[in-house]
Amino acid sequence: MENQVHIQAHDHYDHEGSKLGMWLFIFTEFLLFGGLFITYAVYKYMNPVAFHMAAEELSVTVGAINTVILLVSSATIAMSISAMQYNDVKLTKRLLLATILLAIVFLVNKYFEWGAKISHGIYPGSEQLMEVSRGELLFYGLYFFMTGLHALHIIIGVVFIAVVYFKVANGTVHAERYVLLENSGLYWHLVDAIWIFLFPLFYLIT
Amino acid sequence: MDNHSKHIVPYKTYLIILASLIVLTILSILITEIELGEYSTAGALIFASVKTFLVLSYFMHLKFDNLILKIFVGLVIAVFVAVVVITFMDYIHR
Repeated sequence: MENQVHIQAHDHYDHEGSKLGMWLFIFTEFLLFGGLFITYAVYKYMNPVAFHMAAEELSVTVGAINTVILLVSSATIAMSISAMQYNDVKLTKRLLLATILLAIVFLVNKYFEWGAKISHGIYPGSEQLMEVSRGELLFYGLYFFMTGLHALHIIIGVVFIAVVYFKVANGTVHAERYVLLENSGLYWHLVDAIWIFLFPLFYLIT
Repeated sequence: MDNHSKHIVPYKTYLIILASLIVLTILSILITEIELGEYSTAGALIFASVKTFLVLSYFMHLKFDNLILKIFVGLVIAVFVAVVVITFMDYIHR
């Protein structure tokens, strides 16, 4: 009897509670990026010409490709949850793998984008940035910090989804118990939603 | 407790939402290509908000979730908007 109670305590599973916890975490992430967006908005308001000139330097094409990649990856992880609910483990795994691959393609694009900027001498603390106007310096500071923090979230997302993939593969996450999969999906959609705002603010509005 | 609210979203719904999101992205690029001056910022932000609404409702499953989650999300967004408004009232009236 005592043993049974012990096992039950370890096996506690609260679907709604776990999801609520994930949402609370997402709120803190939203406010973290929200604070950065306000910083961006205020500096743009104070330095409209410099922000306009600096934003012209960013490639809309690269930004747009990355936007589509993230949107597709959001759809694949969302569909993986439906696949899990239909108890189609094979499809769930394939969709999770597709999400991870798309995330890696996003990071490769980001690598080349940042690489091109850095080879032109534009990186935080570079001599070239010390000579430009204060507004342009602020723009590039925010660009590297915000897209960098976002890329860090992508890397964490890849690790998170990979963990879920292995848990699906070994049966720890299954059709009756898939809240971890749902939570990784919520996290991934948050990363997507942040990019939905980063893209127009840095690449489109010039 | 176990899966009382199990609601399966069909694959097709997700594909429709994905297609709408891509169309909205293309539209937001086109609208900022036109010289609208100050309105281009507003336009891009409206498109981004509509896209985020779709992501929250369908991808993040809020449309089919508990009411309490919807209220929480609404409150957090309201707090953020209040901070934005107060910050700009400060900067505009300096």
